[in-house]
Amino acid sequence: MFQKLLNRSQLYLAFFGPRTPEPGTIFLRQNRVYILPTRPGLAFGLALGVMLIGSINYTLSLGYILTFLLASMGLVAILHTFRNLVHLHISAGRVEPVFAGETAWFELFIENRSRYERSALVLWHQGKPTQCDVASGRGTTVSIPITAGHRGWLAPERITVDTRFPVGLLRAWSYIRPDMRCLVYPRPDDGRLPLPEPSGNAGEKRVAGGGSDDFAGLRAYQSSDSPRHIHWKAAAREQGLQTKVFSGRAAAELWLDWNALPADLNLEDRLSRMTRWVLAADQDGLRYGLRLPGMEIAPDAGEPHRLACLRELALYGL
Amino acid sequence: MASEKQSNPPIQLRHLLWLLAGLSLVVAPHALRLPWWLNLIALILFVWRVYLAWGERPLPQKWLLALFVIGGVFGVYLTYRTIFGRDSGVAMLVLFLSLKLLELHRQRDAIVLILLSYFLALTNFFYSQTLPTAGLMLVSALINTASLVNFAAPLRTLQANLRTAGVLLAQAAPVMLLLFFLFPRVQGPLWGLPQDAYSGVTGLSDSMSPGAISRLSQSDAIAFRVRFQGDAPPRPQLYWRGPVFWEFDGRTWRPGDVRTFNQIKFEATGKPYDYEVTLEPHNHNWLFALELAAIIPPNARVTPEYMLLSRTPVRNRVRYAMRSYTNFTEGGADDTDELRPGLLLPEGYNPRARRLAQQWAAQSTTDAAVAQKAIDYFRVEGFVYTLEPPLLGRDSVDEFLFGSKRGFCEHYASSFVFLMRAAGLPARVVTGYQGGEINPVDQYMIVRQSDAHAWAEVWLKDRGWVRFDPTAAASPVRVESGVAAAVPATDPLPLMARTTLYWLRGLRYNWDALANKWNQLVLGYNPERQRQFLSRIGMKEPSWEDMALTLFWAVGALLALLLAWLLRRMKTADPVQRLWLRFCAKLGRKGCVRAPHEGPADFIERTAGRYPAHAERIRAIGALYIAMRYGSRADAQVLAKLRLLVREFSV
Repeated sequence: MFQKLLNRSQLYLAFFGPRTPEPGTIFLRQNRVYILPTRPGLAFGLALGVMLIGSINYTLSLGYILTFLLASMGLVAILHTFRNLVHLHISAGRVEPVFAGETAWFELFIENRSRYERSALVLWHQGKPTQCDVASGRGTTVSIPITAGHRGWLAPERITVDTRFPVGLLRAWSYIRPDMRCLVYPRPDDGRLPLPEPSGNAGEKRVAGGGSDDFAGLRAYQSSDSPRHIHWKAAAREQGLQTKVFSGRAAAELWLDWNALPADLNLEDRLSRMTRWVLAADQDGLRYGLRLPGMEIAPDAGEPHRLACLRELALYGL
Repeated sequence: MASEKQSNPPIQLRHLLWLLAGLSLVVAPHALRLPWWLNLIALILFVWRVYLAWGERPLPQKWLLALFVIGGVFGVYLTYRTIFGRDSGVAMLVLFLSLKLLELHRQRDAIVLILLSYFLALTNFFYSQTLPTAGLMLVSALINTASLVNFAAPLRTLQANLRTAGVLLAQAAPVMLLLFFLFPRVQGPLWGLPQDAYSGVTGLSDSMSPGAISRLSQSDAIAFRVRFQGDAPPRPQLYWRGPVFWEFDGRTWRPGDVRTFNQIKFEATGKPYDYEVTLEPHNHNWLFALELAAIIPPNARVTPEYMLLSRTPVRNRVRYAMRSYTNFTEGGADDTDELRPGLLLPEGYNPRARRLAQQWAAQSTTDAAVAQKAIDYFRVEGFVYTLEPPLLGRDSVDEFLFGSKRGFCEHYASSFVFLMRAAGLPARVVTGYQGGEINPVDQYMIVRQSDAHAWAEVWLKDRGWVRFDPTAAASPVRVESGVAAAVPATDPLPLMARTTLYWLRGLRYNWDALANKWNQLVLGYNPERQRQFLSRIGMKEPSWEDMALTLFWAVGALLALLLAWLLRRMKTADPVQRLWLRFCAKLGRKGCVRAPHEGPADFIERTAGRYPAHAERIRAIGALYIAMRYGSRADAQVLAKLRLLVREFSV
């Protein structure tokens, strides 16, 4: 109970931010925007103190005026810094799946529905800043880079939105935790081992001396066809999209089988190799199926099939 | 921290130039007072920094900077013989500011420079608090604040950042006024000031030697301003009494023993003049008043020779109410002890003058006749009143009286008193100001340093001390019309004292009136004035706690108002969205709240199902909203229709 109260308390939110992901659009209400002076801000305060003492000591009326003007500017800047951040709408955008080791880009859509522009907003994630400005009544998309370490789901940690605009003497910040995640596929290994041989009963169209892909003709383009096989020259002559069909292994049915891998390979290495196989098979335009312990994807080809296979590999055992 | 570099990026050239412009504005007025070598160093460093930034060259090594620092501090010490004074402090600040330029790598260094620059702007007020200085420093504050904005938002245009800085300062202005008027004022200084704190103010000095007052007469500076209640006395009566001198060493006059009292003894007839004096700081204790002062200002005392002395040197502009009689008889006991200093003369000086005076004394029956003989001598012997008298040797009085016959008021007063003493009459030199001109714009009388004057007083039996002005005898125009009319046209007079430049005088009158307003309202706002001001707005004798509390609430309220005004602009701009939210709120009050994840179409269907009687209306509103929000741009007709539907909608 106490823990729960603590988690929701303003102090906790001020220092740690929301503990659980926040679904939907995040609205930066007044009570979740915090503000404190920066180090230059503290130095500014110190300088003002010295200036005030100087003005008193030398009885400088204009010294008072300058000191008070700058002090008032600091006070007004509090409001402006606060205003620069408060009442923003932030929602989660697209996240493209990546392979482990690559950088995942988390898109956030920042919307400014107020009548003044927001300048120099910085989104911090794990100590890395991303800057943006949002014009009045507009929105902007910010991509936050996160290095994907492991396969599986990758979610951003707490993101700090902060701003030092307009004078850099104060910093207003708010913590957000958008509900978004990125699918991370296993890292394809860089082994030289070739694809497994297609299973015997399915290789009926196999051409002798296999391995080389021989051009077999053209057919009408289907949306699942790899762009690599589109006959671009024909497209350039405005003859419509046509797909090149290859003989050889092209029509062969291939099983990427967990059990076909050496027994001494550990789980992650197996997944890595199978990922590479999926990519290689797809590149070659093969029909391939995926067989993992406890599940199986029937042989097929094309983009949706490739993504389904990669997804299974990414989430296997998690 | 890895993010350190990213949050503290290097400086762009345009921001550097902007920063240098701000710094130049605050350093420029100082440059007139700083030693030439320091100006040169500052200029070189400024140009060098721009050169380095232009070619994106690396900044110099630390050891080179250290060399500059050591050399610079040594130079400041050699120039000022201290490094802790006011002037040397300013010199050090300028030195460090220029050197910091070569250490200016990143934005954080720039902020240090901006803070230094704010402080240096304040130090300009040590030397001048006039309107132009105030204006210049306001501009510098704007430029430097824009620099702050530049470094906080480096991607915006300079123009946008300047505008932001302007908005900030404009909104800060009302808060500043509150602070200025309500912040509990303390009378400075809080501790001892450096010795050079008040150097460079002009005014009468505490001794008088030939040339002292004529030098002062070339200054256009204002000595004090006077506002009379009613008419001012005629010009020949405008003798503003200052320091009185008794002791003469053959060349220089000095005050004698100074005893002070709290009472003035004199006899007066005629109507008194009431007026208020605003005295410019002159770093001495004298307060000036029309002869003869009838009251003693607060915190002041009077001497037997009618000098008004403030308890502390006048280091800030002071204002005091005064009452004077121009028809008076100075009191004074017929006490030989008191009169003896008025007869002392240095032995062995000016034998011819002594013989002449003794000759007059032998020929005359009364003291007054002796004095009259001396006055006549000045009138008829062809004396010339000039700002450029020839240099005088050891027997200065003899040379003046019988040789050059060219002199300024101090020559006349000095010689006259010498003659009187030699004739056996107690006499003394009085310095002060004679004259003053009414500014037709605000009716203040302005007395300038160029009105500085010296005259004499002689002790006559039965009449006491009587004023004699030998200058008036030699050059009546001086007293009737002022210095400018009295001296030859070739003498170097300040521009303002010249009577011929009428258009310039008109301009100057207006400017003086403005400067006077500024002095009275802004610069003269001290603890005393603050008390008066607060009691006028209803705070009688407030303690500093009351003032602080009032200030706190006033500033708080002002900032709250400002915030409300700023937030007012946060209202969503889109009228379609506003109507939709109003519609949702109407339903929400009936308990049909739209969930955050619920799209408009789903919400419409849900509510239409819940209120079948209104389903048609609800669907119509939904359709219009979706069409305008997500479809083509809203036109005014459709918007009006939606507005009508929403306004009349109720369940």
